[in-house]
Amino acid sequence: MVRFENVGLRYGMGAEILRDLTFDIAPQSFQFLTGPSGAGKTTLLRLILLALRPTRGLISLFGADSATLDKNALMALRRKVGVVFQDFRLLDHLTTYQNVALPLRVQGKDEPSYRAEVLELLDWVGLGQRLHVYPPVLSGGEKQRAAIARALIMRPELLLADEPTGNVDPQMARRLLRLFQELHKSGTSVVIATHDLNLMDQFEGARRLVLGDGRLHIYD
Amino acid sequence: MLGFPARRPEADDDSQQSWRENWAETPLVPAASVAGAALSVVIAIMTFLAALTASFALLLTQASHDWRGQVGAEMTIQVMPRPGRDLDADSRKAVEIVASFPGLRDARALSKGQSEELLAPWLGAGLDLGQLPVPRLIEVRRDGSKPLDEIGLRSALAAALPNANLDNHGAWMQRLTTMADVVVASALGVFALVLTAMGLAVGFATRGAMAGAREIIQSLHYVGAADSFIANEFQRHFLRLGLRGGAIGGGAAALLFFALGALSRQWTTSAGGEQAEAMFGAFALGWDGLAAIVALSLGVAGLTGLASRVIVHRSLRALN
Repeated sequence: MVRFENVGLRYGMGAEILRDLTFDIAPQSFQFLTGPSGAGKTTLLRLILLALRPTRGLISLFGADSATLDKNALMALRRKVGVVFQDFRLLDHLTTYQNVALPLRVQGKDEPSYRAEVLELLDWVGLGQRLHVYPPVLSGGEKQRAAIARALIMRPELLLADEPTGNVDPQMARRLLRLFQELHKSGTSVVIATHDLNLMDQFEGARRLVLGDGRLHIYD
Repeated sequence: MLGFPARRPEADDDSQQSWRENWAETPLVPAASVAGAALSVVIAIMTFLAALTASFALLLTQASHDWRGQVGAEMTIQVMPRPGRDLDADSRKAVEIVASFPGLRDARALSKGQSEELLAPWLGAGLDLGQLPVPRLIEVRRDGSKPLDEIGLRSALAAALPNANLDNHGAWMQRLTTMADVVVASALGVFALVLTAMGLAVGFATRGAMAGAREIIQSLHYVGAADSFIANEFQRHFLRLGLRGGAIGGGAAALLFFALGALSRQWTTSAGGEQAEAMFGAFALGWDGLAAIVALSLGVAGLTGLASRVIVHRSLRALN
């Protein structure tokens, strides 16, 4: 699904901040990406999303070499990837329902054709009663769940979540983890970037990708 | 794929309608913002100034065309007093000669009193000009629809009346044309400067209004929106802001001209008003003036939309 071979990244003429990254993300897998703050977790997620170009090495996404992709092909691949951003990136002038339906709306689909699906998903993440509430009124956990629902509405094959439990209490963190586990069971590959050890301990079967000193250590 | 709980809303027609309206009324680019309102104000002011400049340039162009037309449509025959000649008989003879030439509409000989009146502004009123050799003037109006044999007319006048000469206002026309061209070129130059300032101001104001849109562009990009979709959303929004500002500015300029036109119609009854109208024409905004204002308003709206599109594409290039 995702393959990195000897990938390195530097900004400008500076030293490499990520080097010699070689790993795979298999279909229907679950992994935590961890490491200290500033280790490059978000940067690695952006590389997987092809929002950054590596300075060296090969990245392939769904079998396609990232170096040979044109803009349209890149967009088509990105649509197979759901992303939950650390800062949620919900649009404040849209309601919860509208934010979650946004990926379908931008595809030009008619609202009645996806309404039931969006409502189901919002129920599933526990926001069925918060459909018409705007993000500034939502709590941190509600925003996080809305962001997760938005990432899932396109039924992605791969979900990338950047510190999804960073703004919620431990109880909400466990609830969010259960959401990701259910998603994983349904066939989606999940990558969760976190430095929350308690969260990782709750899912011991998950693979751990640990970033440190710009290198990646894998614990299957 | 996901094990979602089975749930289907049993929406009746009324609730379906409200959902649709709720959705349709929510643009992806926030409709109301301080930056957007400020941009509309900038556009309104710049459109107003550009429309005023364009309208004045059009009025001056029209007025200069009228000046040239009026002066070029008339000629003057001067019959000079000479010992032994009867000025009244010479004037009548000159009118007869003029009447025999095609290409001339009519000729009117000014009486001795009328000729002396013409000197009053220079020599003062109340003077006895009876002892001065005041020439007689004959106003001749050309018929624009027929050609005039001016050389033949000069020859006929010279043969019959050695004390008469024909002035076709050529020297005056040349000076007037030069002056009119300078005035029109100046007006067009000022208009070009205002237009440039308008383009720059609107471009910078659009960029300022777009500063807060970066997050929206990124969010739309990462949820899978195509670049053209995002650019169209922003272009539509900014086009609407531009149309609103353009309509306000252009409408205000048109209203000002209608008000000035109404006032100028009252002034024309005074001597000063007549002179102002002769110089600058009536403050009447014709169809060409209105068309110029509409074109300016639409142009500035288009410029605003285009600027937003360029900025969106630039942001997206950075993301890609």
